Amino acid sequence: MARYRGNLEAIKGLVRETEVHRDVYIDEEVFQLEMEHVFANTWAYVGHDSQVAKPGDYYGTTIGTQPILMVRHTDNTVKVLHNRCPHKGTRITTESCGNTGKFFRCPYHAWSFKTDGSLLAIPLKKGYENTGVEQSHAGRGMSPVKHVHNYRGFVFAKLNDVGPGFEEFFGDSLSSFDNMVDRSPAGRLEVAGGVLRYMHNCNWKMLVENQTDTCHPMVAHESSAGTAIEVWKNAPPGAKKPMAVEIYAPFMAPYEFFENMGIRVWPNGHGHTGVHHSIHSDYSAVPGYFEKMAAAHGEERAKAILNENRHNTVYFPNIMIKGPIQLVRVFKPIAANKTLVESWTFRLVDAPDMLLERTLMYNRLINAPTSVVGHDDLEMYERAQEGLHVDANQWVNLQRLYDPSEVPDTTAVTNGTTEWQMRNQFRAWSKFMTMSM
Amino acid sequence: MTAPTDQQLIDFVIRETRLIDQHRFEEWLDLFAEDGFYWMPLEWGQTDPRLTTSLMYEDKLLLKIRVERLKGNRTFSQKPKSRCHHVLQTPQVDSRNEAANEYVTWTPMHYVETRLDQQDLYAAWATHTLAMVDGALKIKLKRVDIVNCDAAFGNIQLFM
Ligand code: FES
Ligand SMILES: [Fe+2]
Repeated sequence: MARYRGNLEAIKGLVRETEVHRDVYIDEEVFQLEMEHVFANTWAYVGHDSQVAKPGDYYGTTIGTQPILMVRHTDNTVKVLHNRCPHKGTRITTESCGNTGKFFRCPYHAWSFKTDGSLLAIPLKKGYENTGVEQSHAGRGMSPVKHVHNYRGFVFAKLNDVGPGFEEFFGDSLSSFDNMVDRSPAGRLEVAGGVLRYMHNCNWKMLVENQTDTCHPMVAHESSAGTAIEVWKNAPPGAKKPMAVEIYAPFMAPYEFFENMGIRVWPNGHGHTGVHHSIHSDYSAVPGYFEKMAAAHGEERAKAILNENRHNTVYFPNIMIKGPIQLVRVFKPIAANKTLVESWTFRLVDAPDMLLERTLMYNRLINAPTSVVGHDDLEMYERAQEGLHVDANQWVNLQRLYDPSEVPDTTAVTNGTTEWQMRNQFRAWSKFMTMSM
Repeated sequence: MTAPTDQQLIDFVIRETRLIDQHRFEEWLDLFAEDGFYWMPLEWGQTDPRLTTSLMYEDKLLLKIRVERLKGNRTFSQKPKSRCHHVLQTPQVDSRNEAANEYVTWTPMHYVETRLDQQDLYAAWATHTLAMVDGALKIKLKRVDIVNCDAAFGNIQLFM
């Protein structure tokens, strides 16, 4: 029996000012509605245009649970298409990336489509004469996603016509992307290193919330980062601190460190930790990098770019980026209790290789299925996914540093241990969930 | 320095996984040379551990952090502890270079890791690059290529 579909009041009742109902994490019907509304009314991350560098290059992914693909069209623009054959539904590409040449050819009955999705040819076409196929869905070819925006290489798409335009949706939050791209002396990024894929038996929003949860590292990661610090204490005196220890150690920073780093919230559910400093602030300088940056941007500007050390920037609904180390994490929903986490890394074009080396080390130490930090976090998410089945208390608390005068959908900078950004995400969730109901 | 026999190389590899299965991690760690590495590529046929991402590429310090962590009182993902089990084909000696003190073996294996009600099976090939150090065989590099290395896995918490 549907409890939520067609019941606007029930959906609205899931999000209160400082708590959310557990059904947003565990209920399959709510999950289904999220796929139809939250993921359709917002700008979802598709991929980076360096993944489709040449005409005919494609990359297949999902928005919510729907297969889509991004392709470089013959006119050099990036198109996003629904990844199904208009004939009988066959997914057009199964390899995650490749080059299709001038057109896609469905492997089932060989209908073919230009790289903007339009129908190119149907074998034995006369069988469709006078059938009116031109007026059918099928006759129009592969459906393009209408709303696509390429922001400095990062491609986003919105499935529905309702919902805000790109600029309105992201506003000032794009400054985190700017900082990431500006860190390249050439002003360009390229996907590099390979993607880490990590399966989580928990709801996708637990991962999103965790990105600005600054009260957990020193607790949940004591086992990994704390042990790293302990083991390093036995190093011979004067030994140079290895890159790996520089990466692990800040997870154990005290509460004050996280309080003082600050959190900034933006409208529409976006926000970031690390307004003033972050766990990435104290990495060793990479030889030759600053000189290249100064040559490209001027010394002043180069310093300003590199002094911005934002920690995690969350873009509603389901990605997080780390500007200082060129990392994008995508939390792909599969079911209410299942999420695929993809962690993508980027090369700063024209910067020394050592930056990419550090980024890849960070990624495998923190975000891999073999990562001890990842093990710490996933254990917590999975325990929460189970614990939420307790009926005696059906609410998840988001009250930390709540002020009843808190303005929704605004820009503000505040204490780095606030849960305002989590509240911000759920207010956005409510807004985009109900926008098209 | 006497060169190891093929049988000694084979016995070494078999004992190495046995130490893991029996949770004798400190003895296991001692099998690595001081500059030894454990490498689990992410890519099929990967050649570069530095500018291509790996699942693991760890020196002895990082391996030691793992081993210490597994014992930790606040290591919640190991409450209860994971267990594991290796089934090896007989290791094959691929190359012996006595002059360079380098011996390479190749071992197809199945690896099972369990925790609570969950049991995961992985198929992999282990390539050991071994050397004689102070009269004993040591691991310079243990490379584990999982057959579906690029699949999305859940937690892998012990050592293949
Ligand atoms: S299903 Fe694609 S051509 Fe028939
Ligand atoms: Fe964490």
